[in-house]
Amino acid sequence: MVEILTDNWAFLLSGVATTVGLTIVGFLGSLIVGTIAAIFRVSPVVPLRLVGSAYVEFFRNIPLLSLLVLVTFGLPDIGVLLPLFWCGAVSLILSGSAFVCETVRSGINTISIGQSEASRALGMSFTQQLALVILPQAFRTMVQPLANVFIGVLIGSSLVAAVGVSDITNVTQQLNIRYAEAVFLFLLSGAVYLILGLGVGGAGSAVERRLGRSRIAGGKAVSR
Amino acid sequence: MLESQTTAPLVQLRGVTKYFGDFRALDHVDLDIAKGEKVALLGASGSGKSTLCRCINRIEKATEGTIMIEGRPLPQEGKALAAMRAEVGMVFQSFNLFPHYTVLENIALSPIHVRKVPKAEATAQARDLLARVGLADKADSYPAELSGGQQQRVAIARALAMQPHVLLFDEPTSALDPEMIKEVLDVMTELAESGMTMLVVTHEMGFARHACDRVCFMDAGRIVEQGTPEGFFTRPQTDRAKDFLSKILDH
Repeated sequence: MVEILTDNWAFLLSGVATTVGLTIVGFLGSLIVGTIAAIFRVSPVVPLRLVGSAYVEFFRNIPLLSLLVLVTFGLPDIGVLLPLFWCGAVSLILSGSAFVCETVRSGINTISIGQSEASRALGMSFTQQLALVILPQAFRTMVQPLANVFIGVLIGSSLVAAVGVSDITNVTQQLNIRYAEAVFLFLLSGAVYLILGLGVGGAGSAVERRLGRSRIAGGKAVSR
Repeated sequence: MLESQTTAPLVQLRGVTKYFGDFRALDHVDLDIAKGEKVALLGASGSGKSTLCRCINRIEKATEGTIMIEGRPLPQEGKALAAMRAEVGMVFQSFNLFPHYTVLENIALSPIHVRKVPKAEATAQARDLLARVGLADKADSYPAELSGGQQQRVAIARALAMQPHVLLFDEPTSALDPEMIKEVLDVMTELAESGMTMLVVTHEMGFARHACDRVCFMDAGRIVEQGTPEGFFTRPQTDRAKDFLSKILDH
């Protein structure tokens, strides 16, 4: 079994690299799109709120696999031809951003209304309120939920194997066809996900501890 | 038009009515505040005095009626409303300092981002204001490290940093321990003496009596009585005001 590793290490590493790349692109994209969707959802403009809600409800409630198939085989039908990697990334972003949106929105909702009243009374625009006052405080409460979304994107990325993206799952499937060592190979890909996920969870806890120690968090505890 | 701007009251309310669902919090309120005037807004809890105060800078939207600031009607939304709010300072019962910024940053934040004052200038001005409220040594502290009275003094400095034409105080001492009320009232008295136009919603009868030019007494969403502090406290006209004063002055 060891020779499966030694003979195919470059292939396996390319699979790991694809998984890591997909996860990072998928998560960062989700973060950006999801934050924009959340701003839509808390905006004072009703049509924007409706667009935000519709986006979240749509992409949160369809399976990632369906999205992947839609993006990979549906988009070419309307003339959009993306490289396979980006079909996976776009699907992960569409699905992940819906969850980021709800995380950011609930983070915003934990900030007392007095903070937004005070910033409005000082003449700040809606964007300034969010950027200077609300989001920096909301972020503290969002670290752990965002780490969960990251892990969700990581684990969800294994589905791209189904549409032919050569991520670690796809690579181990191909090796399984050649060597018929299903248990060993899926344990191997499982270990990759486990290690990456534990790393992200640990990083999330570390960020949270640092924020918890700062005087910022103390401010919240006392001023409420 | 020019003439109306120079002679019009700084704040003018006509027929201001506010509903929360079916509850009528304000009932056709008329109120004029002249430049430099200090008006105390008194009344029992639920009489609508905080709501009235919050309608003036549209933190609360009046259901009906007109509100004019310096002769111009209050804008409905957007940039014009934000610009008007910058001219109308507000101090809240719960301070509402920004916990993730230092005291100095709290004060300089809006001048820098809303007024586009250069950072060095805004910071220098913030230090002056901190000294004025007696907290020069707290510039680099975070709000959580200050007492309630100190936080409220910072909040007053923060409102002053925008160089507002009128300051609204919404029960500024109601969340404070008794021993901290005086330090905040001292700052407010100093402000009143400096000529700032002020509307103060308060339960501090001493402040209303000695620092204000006029007292408005509210009941059930209306201003039912107004006059000089001396007249109101010694010879209240309405039964409602007599009842209110007898309840609070007995103790």
